[in-house]
Amino acid sequence: MTTKVYAGTEITVGDDDFFTDPEQWRTEMAPEIARESGIDDLTDRHWQVITFMRHEYAEKGTGPTVRVLGKTSGVSVKELYQLFPKGPAKLAARIAGIPKPRGCI
Amino acid sequence: MADTIEKISIIVSKGSLEGVYPALIMANGARAEGIEANLFFTFFGLDAIHKGRHEHIKLATVGNPGLHLATWAGGLPGMSTVMTHYLAGKMDKLDIPPIPEFIEMIADTGAGLYACKASVDLFDLSKEDFIPEVNGIITVGEFYDLAAGGQIIFT
Repeated sequence: MTTKVYAGTEITVGDDDFFTDPEQWRTEMAPEIARESGIDDLTDRHWQVITFMRHEYAEKGTGPTVRVLGKTSGVSVKELYQLFPKGPAKLAARIAGIPKPRGCI
Repeated sequence: MADTIEKISIIVSKGSLEGVYPALIMANGARAEGIEANLFFTFFGLDAIHKGRHEHIKLATVGNPGLHLATWAGGLPGMSTVMTHYLAGKMDKLDIPPIPEFIEMIADTGAGLYACKASVDLFDLSKEDFIPEVNGIITVGEFYDLAAGGQIIFT
């Protein structure tokens, strides 16, 4: 466990740099985390995925897989990889301030 | 900083369910981690991208000691179909897609799908026999060009 500062607030992250407590997340932190992950500009489409990630996490206690994202977030698998080239489920989870999803699919 | 894998090329040589799925899961998982991935289908592995056959990939119930089934029982008519159906149900619960959907999804992740030219010639196949997501029929030399700079996995 280490701490990081986003939007002027100190938050707790795991060794993998993912939030351990999603309650600490604020929308204004997202652009900063995104830049760290190599995404300079968060578009409305990015936000659609990020909002969906947080909603899924709140409901199910875990972040969705790419397959679930592609089927239910309103953004196709192809577009997900254009938005988050280094892995949609993983990057969107990190930007959305939820723990790293552990699915294999 | 720990070493990272940037690129993998997976060779699929078997046409059984247990021969195809691990390769697909590894390719999809690589893309999910931001790793570049290519799939090269050779010999019976070509069934996984064959239009008419990829919906009918079956579990091998004969010559498969891991199934813990008597050899004579594995050879009973319909056994392979029954076991495949049983596994498909379990996979569905775990959110593992059927092979045709899985391959389409892997193509959408930006992974490359290639058929081995020698095998395509051997089985008298052509581009029309394969699903449209296949990027091309390539020689072994072209495969090595594609795989250059990455790791190669043979399944």
